Amino acid sequence: MRLGLAVGAAALVAACATPTGEVVLLPAQDGHRSVLAVKQGDREVLLDKPYAAATTTTQGPRAFESSPKEVEARFGRALAAQPARPQSFTLYFVEGGNELTEDSKRVFESVFPDIARHPVPDIVVIGHTDSVGTDAYNDRLSLQRADAIRNALIERGIPAEDIVAEGRGKRDPLVATAQGVSEARNRRVEIIVR
Amino acid sequence: MLRWGLALPVLLFAAASTQAADIGQVKVSSGNVTIDRGSQALQGRLGVRLQQGDVVKTGADGSVGITMSDNSLLSAGPNSVLALDQYAFDTTTNQGRFDTSLSKGTLAVVSGRLARQSPGAMTVRTPSAILGVRGTEFVVSVDAGSVAH
Repeated sequence: MRLGLAVGAAALVAACATPTGEVVLLPAQDGHRSVLAVKQGDREVLLDKPYAAATTTTQGPRAFESSPKEVEARFGRALAAQPARPQSFTLYFVEGGNELTEDSKRVFESVFPDIARHPVPDIVVIGHTDSVGTDAYNDRLSLQRADAIRNALIERGIPAEDIVAEGRGKRDPLVATAQGVSEARNRRVEIIVR
Repeated sequence: MLRWGLALPVLLFAAASTQAADIGQVKVSSGNVTIDRGSQALQGRLGVRLQQGDVVKTGADGSVGITMSDNSLLSAGPNSVLALDQYAFDTTTNQGRFDTSLSKGTLAVVSGRLARQSPGAMTVRTPSAILGVRGTEFVVSVDAGSVAH
């Protein structure tokens, strides 16, 4: 009699809200704050700290707190297949020229063993400028800087089809400055190996 | 004959330039992994480059890891179906859109330049929910046999 009631009650609850999946926010390795909105129709759960989680159900999202152990049990295979994090190398130029500083020449050399460690490497070369000049001018200049480094990588035997050059202009300064400020640390090229 | 000789290099050039539409690359592949591209089914081998609209599937023993051109990382466990529905990425401004959907299985995500530039630029859909990705790392699962509502 009791068992019949319990089973009946469980069936009723299940009919109300059948789980359809799960979402868990993880700690961010790069230190950026993580936030995820889980939306079902007009119902929304906001996950904003590590292991904050939601079960999606036929009746909308239900918040709960997960744990590293639960995440490993359910998502271990997916997490084990995660590609290596993109590696970033930053190169600086001698004032007023296209030549790398002595330090940056060493950094440039250190890119090659890193590329060799990747089974299927692709490389992004991103140029940046300081805030002197217009967007259009700096977009062009940053792409020229990136192209020069891309060519240097190709000359050293990295296949051209594996390298993309991009110019971010003055949008992504390393050091924040007012407009029109000459700043050597912002005139740089990043090499991303991934 | 001469005509063909002229036409062929043009075709080859066209094929090479479509590589510009590559949006990501398979960086990790284990077990059975396939990619549905239109009516084609490709093997999801290491190094395969991906395009908008590709549907990535893993078998019971399979898992796959993908790096997108905006540095987003997507990796799926066994018995998963992941569609790269929409992808647009302006490398100068970091603006664009990235919409994926997981119809079954498990997925781990690290968001990239698109989501960092514009919260709301990246979504992951499941049959029952939409995840708005403001950053940066999370996992999501879709139970087998769960029905969309």
